Amino acid sequence: MATRRRVAREFQAPPLTRADVEALSARYSEPAWLREARLTAWDIYEALPMPTTNDEAWRRTDYRHINWDSAGVLRAPNGGRVEDIPADNRRPLLGGEQGGMIAFVDDKLVHHEASAALARQGVIFTDLRSAAREHADLVRQHLMTHAVTPQLGKFAALNAALWTHGVFLYVPRGQAVTLPAHSIFYASRPAAMLGHLLVVLEEGASIDYLHENLSPTMPSDASFIGATELIVGDKATLRFVNLQDWGRSMFEFSTQRARVGHDGQLDWITGQMGGKLVKAFMEIDLDGRGSWGRMSALYFPDGQQFMDLDTQQNHNAPHTTSDLLFKGVLKDHSRAVWQGMIKALPGAQKTDGFQANRTMIMSDHARVDSIPGLEIQADDVRCTHASATGQVEEEVLFYLMSRGLPRLEAEKLVVDGFFVPVLDRIPFENVRERMMAYVERKLLGEV
Amino acid sequence: MGAALEIRNLHVTVEDQPILKGVNLIVRQGEIHALMGPNGSGKSTLSNTIMGHPAYEVTAGQIIFDGVDILEMEPDERSRRGLFMAFQYPVAIPGVTVANFLRNALNARRRMTNPEDKGIPIPAFRKLMIEKMDMLRMDHEFAGRYLNDGFSGGEKKRAEILQMAVLEPQIAIMDETDSGLDIDALRVVSEGVTTLYGPNLGVLVITHYQRILNYIKPQFVHIMMDGQIVESGGPELALHLEEQGYDWLREKQNGSGK
Repeated sequence: MATRRRVAREFQAPPLTRADVEALSARYSEPAWLREARLTAWDIYEALPMPTTNDEAWRRTDYRHINWDSAGVLRAPNGGRVEDIPADNRRPLLGGEQGGMIAFVDDKLVHHEASAALARQGVIFTDLRSAAREHADLVRQHLMTHAVTPQLGKFAALNAALWTHGVFLYVPRGQAVTLPAHSIFYASRPAAMLGHLLVVLEEGASIDYLHENLSPTMPSDASFIGATELIVGDKATLRFVNLQDWGRSMFEFSTQRARVGHDGQLDWITGQMGGKLVKAFMEIDLDGRGSWGRMSALYFPDGQQFMDLDTQQNHNAPHTTSDLLFKGVLKDHSRAVWQGMIKALPGAQKTDGFQANRTMIMSDHARVDSIPGLEIQADDVRCTHASATGQVEEEVLFYLMSRGLPRLEAEKLVVDGFFVPVLDRIPFENVRERMMAYVERKLLGEV
Repeated sequence: MGAALEIRNLHVTVEDQPILKGVNLIVRQGEIHALMGPNGSGKSTLSNTIMGHPAYEVTAGQIIFDGVDILEMEPDERSRRGLFMAFQYPVAIPGVTVANFLRNALNARRRMTNPEDKGIPIPAFRKLMIEKMDMLRMDHEFAGRYLNDGFSGGEKKRAEILQMAVLEPQIAIMDETDSGLDIDALRVVSEGVTTLYGPNLGVLVITHYQRILNYIKPQFVHIMMDGQIVESGGPELALHLEEQGYDWLREKQNGSGK
């Protein structure tokens, strides 16, 4: 029976139509340019086939078991409140302070605060719908035009056509923002959620920004079809932390891309914990001479979770540096895929690219595929990769247990230590502590 | 009366190969014992078996600690009951500081007596660490380093002694089987033992190095050959070994045994 089902089942698209795009745009009384942009993206979406396991980037990611009947429908906002979001996630990031916080429950904006200090510096931190009206020129210039474009893929095009909610963060030229910005997308019910982050730092600007994707486990499938655009201007510095703790019914298909101008710096940290199936494309384009980009991830699937992280480091200019460190721990029957590509364009001389994916497998039934790749068209470059997969060795556990630590605590200590190099890159202590506590619950099987 | 570690007629196999063939030994709190013997005689097997290493299978005999047979216990429970083993080759734990590790280990002990224990308060723990590091004349920055990660041989030994000082075992086994090759390491260990030694600590030093008496003053010396303790005596036995080597014992064994 199972065999017949597998053969019969195809890679289906969610039951969304052009009418959904028009209805969505009308509901929010969007300006004409945005409506047009959505419809153009819809055409691109329709022209692209659904990705299948015959496509190289999707070869290991079979999402045919998604139930689009629940995960592929748009639902009107309901009575979501900010209190629906777990209090721990709502805590200020630095002691009692943060520069601003925006929270959505489903596609409803439930919380919006921005400190006076941010406003004085000319920082815009608002929901994307309002931004499209109130800061039309800025949004129009950057939204899906040069970081994530609809042409990047089927799901990128779908987000461009139907993004339901989003955050716009803009830091003007030369403004160094000391208090961090924080946003949360909380999905409360089975539906299609299309969230969008648009971050623009002008020349010499700097800020720290944390975004979290959260949901409880729901009775049926849900989807998050996300897009993240990070535009880091010349000499600007962005530290972006993106944490994901979806419930076990969530399918995430996200396209995330950063562009970094000359001497700009991007420090991008990702934590992947939840979800049923995650397919995330993460790409850095080092466009300007002397730009620097670092991508770090910690991921910890357990149970039947599947995570596919697809990274790309593009060296488009000379003297650019990229550094990728992904660390994963796998439990139970989980599976993870990392495919990483470093590209250096002709003329991108004196570039330095590095990527490493390190994993620790805690079960005989878990599996990880690490696929590094290099495409180098410049001749004076240094690009290297490393990946290693190991288990928690009995000798290590014996050593720790011989000091009185029960096996589970010994394992936790080893896993904590394993994650520390990435955790240390998260600039918010209470977020680090939350991650550690979460790792502990995962190890105990309490999640 | 203090706690004692009693090994009774212990037989151990590793991968179906018999290694220990009936070991008998008693170490009490307040005593220092040295266990010596040629390579391959089973010294490391004995220490690992006492601590509960899963690769060593006990086929006969008992290990009694403080009146309780501990053979069925996991290594962590043996430790919490007051046994300690200083490893010959300590394992590196990247990302975990010496302090963080020791706080976890102490808290595991506290939870054994009181499952509701919230853990040692940070200031009290910091005070304890400083006190112990000062006693061992160690640099305080040691506490913040990742456990054994990139440590020199001597630093690893120092870290073992610090753990012993903080965990305050009743019986400690110092596995220094190969330390004849590294006199510095043996010096660190023996200075540590000398500092920590007292009526509440019993020590079993396992070494291949025959001039052990230059560094440590055991009241009891035992010699192991081919999986058994073949000779026990006072410090003079080590002196005798230094002069004569193991050959006289082999001859004695052959003469009496077969």
